[in-house]
Amino acid sequence: MCLAIPARIVEITGDRAVADAMGNRWAIRTTLTPEVKLGDIVLVHAGYAITKVEEEEARQTWELFAQIAEMEAEQNQAKGAEQ
Amino acid sequence: MRLDVIQSARSDMEQACAAIGRLVQVMEVCGTHTVALFRHGIRSMLPANLKLLSGPGCPVCVTDQGYIDTVIDLARRPDCLIATYGDMIRVPGRNTSLERLTLPNVRVVLSSDDAVALARKHPDKTVVFIAVGFETTTPATAVAIRQAQELGLKNFTVLCGHKRVLPAMHALLSGRNDKIDAFLCPGHVSVILGSRAYESVVDNFNRPCVVAGFEAEQILMGLAKICRQIADNRPAVDSVYSLAVRPEGNPVAVGIIDQVFETCDGPWRGLGCIPDGALRMREQYTDFDAQKRFGIEQFPTEEPGGCECGKVLCGLVEPSQCGLFGKKCTPDHPVGPCMVSTEGACAAWYKYQR
Ligand code: SF4
Repeated sequence: MCLAIPARIVEITGDRAVADAMGNRWAIRTTLTPEVKLGDIVLVHAGYAITKVEEEEARQTWELFAQIAEMEAEQNQAKGAEQ
Repeated sequence: MRLDVIQSARSDMEQACAAIGRLVQVMEVCGTHTVALFRHGIRSMLPANLKLLSGPGCPVCVTDQGYIDTVIDLARRPDCLIATYGDMIRVPGRNTSLERLTLPNVRVVLSSDDAVALARKHPDKTVVFIAVGFETTTPATAVAIRQAQELGLKNFTVLCGHKRVLPAMHALLSGRNDKIDAFLCPGHVSVILGSRAYESVVDNFNRPCVVAGFEAEQILMGLAKICRQIADNRPAVDSVYSLAVRPEGNPVAVGIIDQVFETCDGPWRGLGCIPDGALRMREQYTDFDAQKRFGIEQFPTEEPGGCECGKVLCGLVEPSQCGLFGKKCTPDHPVGPCMVSTEGACAAWYKYQR
């Protein structure tokens, strides 16, 4: 439940922003990270940016998520084949 | 994955653990780490005398049953609208869960902001936001309470179940399980608190505290640092997650928590009452306190019979040592909270290690 997801700020007005992670976009707030700007990458938890992160960190996590999604898709396929 | 990093971390760990020459028990405090350890197959890469213990780091798991029962009582009131994070709806209370009740006035929200929006949309109901979580989640609740006050919302309340991770680490070491040799500290809690926060654990208990993120390299590098510190008998705070965690944390978020909440003693499921382990709303925000609004007294209730969650959360037993594990208790029919959230130790063990 404490997991935060890296996402790029693609729109921002005041403390309301739109974040993008791997093509998924959603509304977030930047109240806790007043320093962030358009194009920055932040960690988002429960709808709030909690810190700015470096591109490198975000890339690693996105890759990891892609791997997990792939693995789970394979597992589900395997399960489907078993049944 | 960077194989060279993994290789060198593994050989560092082997060397350090050989030098230590006894069983080393490292607790991963955070549920997200528990899951990541399984996903990356890290348990199978460890030296024979290094054991990982899953800690009390899943907010759902440590929410005491009295709180869940209160939520269920409130959900039965037609004048209330319950706004909750998805994880909470499956947690069993004394005899049922929110999910099994299938009441029309329970809404799953993704953020505290959505809960405030619900209150604005339904002026005829009183919204009760089910606020659980550690320091990562607490700032969002604090912002929502402040916002409700600014908007003059009279029908927004919060049932505060927020907890503080550090006092729980202290409590573990002061009696509940003093066999813990070190902590692998939670990544995203540390984003808020800062790695420096763990200095109190090192100062008071001489145990290494290393913050790590959730990739295999980071977890292994973190564990290698811990083993080296133990071998050299030089416990310290360290971090291999500098891309996200700063020593001072996020002062804005800590400030907002501080403004709205104050520290109090509070019950953790399985651990009992932890001094300074919980938060309550400050005097000037009590209008938003659901417990006060509805005159609720919370009583700690007993754990479900046979459930060993308490011992699991302290790292004293592994989930598979619970008699109900995988039999009466499964993710589809959880008996205890550790089987509910995907980050609960029992649920993670069930999924990956059966
Ligand atoms: S397996 Fe179920 S009953 Fe046993 S400790 Fe875990 S959650 Fe509790």
